[in-house]
Amino acid sequence: MLGRVANTIYWMNRYLERAENYARFMDVNFNLSLELPPNETEQWKPLVAITGDWKLFQSLYSDLEKNKVIHFLTFDENNPNSICNCISNARENARAIRPEITKEVWEQINALYYMVKDGSEKKTFTDNNLRSFFSEIKKGCQLLYGMYDATMSRNEAWHFGKLGQAIERADKTSRVLDVKYHLLLGSPKDIGSSLDLIQWAALLKSVSAYDMYRKKYGKLTASDIAQFLILDTTFPRSILACLIRAERSLISLSGSSFGFNNLAQKQLGSLKSQLEYVAIEDIIKTGLHEYLDDIQQKLNSISTAIYDSFFSLENQVNS
Amino acid sequence: MQKLDFSAYETKGFYDEMFDENKQVRPNYKLFLERLEKIGHKKLNSLQHATDRAQLSLGMTFNVYNDNQGVERILHLDIIPRIIGNKEWIFLEKGLQQRIKALNLFIQDIYNDQKVLKDKIIPKEMIFSSISYLKELEGFTPPKDIWCHITGSDLIKGGDGNYYVLEDNLRCPSGVSYMLENREILKRTFPELFEKLDVKPVYNYTHILRDTLESLTDIEKPTVVVLTPGTFNAAYFEHSYLAQQMGAELVEGGDLIVKNDKVYMITTHGLQRVDVIYRRVDDDFIDPLVFNKNSLLGCRGLFGAYLKGNVTLVNAPGTGVVDDKAVYAYIPRIIKYYLGEEMILPNVQTYICDEESDRKYVIENIHNLVVKQTDASGGYGMLIGPKSTKKEQQEFVAKIKNNPRNYIAQPMINLSRVPTIADNTIEGRHVDLRPYALYGDTIKIIPGALTRVALKKGSIVVNSSQGGGSKDTWVLNS
Repeated sequence: MLGRVANTIYWMNRYLERAENYARFMDVNFNLSLELPPNETEQWKPLVAITGDWKLFQSLYSDLEKNKVIHFLTFDENNPNSICNCISNARENARAIRPEITKEVWEQINALYYMVKDGSEKKTFTDNNLRSFFSEIKKGCQLLYGMYDATMSRNEAWHFGKLGQAIERADKTSRVLDVKYHLLLGSPKDIGSSLDLIQWAALLKSVSAYDMYRKKYGKLTASDIAQFLILDTTFPRSILACLIRAERSLISLSGSSFGFNNLAQKQLGSLKSQLEYVAIEDIIKTGLHEYLDDIQQKLNSISTAIYDSFFSLENQVNS
Repeated sequence: MQKLDFSAYETKGFYDEMFDENKQVRPNYKLFLERLEKIGHKKLNSLQHATDRAQLSLGMTFNVYNDNQGVERILHLDIIPRIIGNKEWIFLEKGLQQRIKALNLFIQDIYNDQKVLKDKIIPKEMIFSSISYLKELEGFTPPKDIWCHITGSDLIKGGDGNYYVLEDNLRCPSGVSYMLENREILKRTFPELFEKLDVKPVYNYTHILRDTLESLTDIEKPTVVVLTPGTFNAAYFEHSYLAQQMGAELVEGGDLIVKNDKVYMITTHGLQRVDVIYRRVDDDFIDPLVFNKNSLLGCRGLFGAYLKGNVTLVNAPGTGVVDDKAVYAYIPRIIKYYLGEEMILPNVQTYICDEESDRKYVIENIHNLVVKQTDASGGYGMLIGPKSTKKEQQEFVAKIKNNPRNYIAQPMINLSRVPTIADNTIEGRHVDLRPYALYGDTIKIIPGALTRVALKKGSIVVNSSQGGGSKDTWVLNS
């Protein structure tokens, strides 16, 4: 498959996953805001922090206010990661590699694009229709994941897509956990209070983990939540499960399941092993923030290695 | 139900494809009209709206040149089809086959023996001054002696009910994806009509196209690619559509590299040899080493690899010389010269401004003529005499005097009309016809076409860049 095309499909899936995550963050946060005392705006700041675009937000907006955060993360053309930009990039990527994907996938991505575009052209939004807007985006993305799996052959295109999706998903789960965990632990007066429980539940819901977590652990505790979101091997959004998923595709793309054939495989395999052989107590002792920060950096470096190993022109021409 | 009312429908002064001069429905349209009358206005409008939505969802969009806003548009598809009877079609088929065969021999000749020039059938300055003539190809013969693998000539029907060839498109004719997708959409719009009417299918176009491309090389399982300028090109939808339908790789210039005069594409597993390129990039941009030095759309060394016979380009470079509107005027003589036959499908009468007597006539009668720049297309660079101002006419006279080689003129032809949905009524709109021919082992004309329609009332400019839309074209088996 063409290197350019592989890169495009990898990013198409990353953009979709990103948009879906953002839509979910917002939806959950809306829900949360209804439970909190009125005029409580502090909860919107972590939302921007999770996306890693806090500096950009500050340069564009004078103050932190709910509607500004929503605009920034959803519609803002100046935010390269806003939902609108992500969906529009995903669709532009899909257009560029149209022959690689099925009619089903293309038409759904196109429909999602028009849905979001119509939404962004709307002048006013009430809280109510914003929530259904986010929920439509979420569903639209999930429908795509299903079509991607149900209609595509397990060929290179599919694997590059899954690889992109898994890396993006691992990154987003680590960021949500990082930001929220510290905020929640940082307010000891609330521990065990009902407010506290709502917040922890919201964290789980932000990564669609609430139902599966409850089924496994029942009670909400900080360390079990961290364990579940980082190290669970069966929950599809935990960091480790994403790495396992990514590795399967990378093995298929590299043609070797023993050791490594390229830098991407080497780095991904090391990070996966690292998580396979660590206990949550060790992580908390090291410092969860430091640990997650390290994971995020390694994910970035893996993404670069994937580019160098498969997409970069120089590499292929010289090989 | 508000019934469709054709009592105010105008048929005077033009050939109408649906009604004769007495407003009697023509046989080809009988069943269709019955259907129309059954569904009424409201339903017809809602079918039309569903079509617009279907086009958006299929991604049949394009960006208009000179439009900085990057707005995506659809090529409006009017759901009232253009219907052609079998007898009429067989005639068109024969005429196009004859024309394409002769044009291919002509191109081969002018790049090799140049007999047609030596025998003074066509002045050699006419050929050598054409900007599409590529000196670099002199002495070259493409694989299987075929230059114009894909042709999309523009035909019109005049007030006399006869077809004329308006121009030939031998470079990169576009629009075939609309022929195919329009049919898919109309099958959903009028399923019951397709059951009753015996409409010839067009779906096998992409299969024949793939076979044609593969037939140009002796390599057993050749790697076939479609070369596109990229997603910003107005015809990008078509490039990706054809690649996908043929199961060919869709490549951009940057995906290709030439090593030792062989063409490769850059894949995730190293370099892979490319055998046949259906290129949708104009000659001038295919290779910055030979042609336009600033081109980023082609690939360095591609032309050299082509001349060595290591890759096949479709259509062959250099075919554009036939698209030159001044060369067009000589096509009747070209057909006679190579095939010894009279031309089946006539040309529109053409005045060559480079010839003194013609030029004099054109300048005196400019208000009655359509003047065209010989190297332009897409409806640009033309003057429609009867619809122009004195000032515009004077400007064109100056242009002609300044560079006569660059202009031709034709009488204004009243293009035939087909009923078309306009606001809340149905009115006649002018159409042309672009059938597609594939030249592999034989010359095959796909039984269908892109019918372009000038949506503006009274307009005869059907180009998509100038407010034109399209119609599905049904060729009947009976």
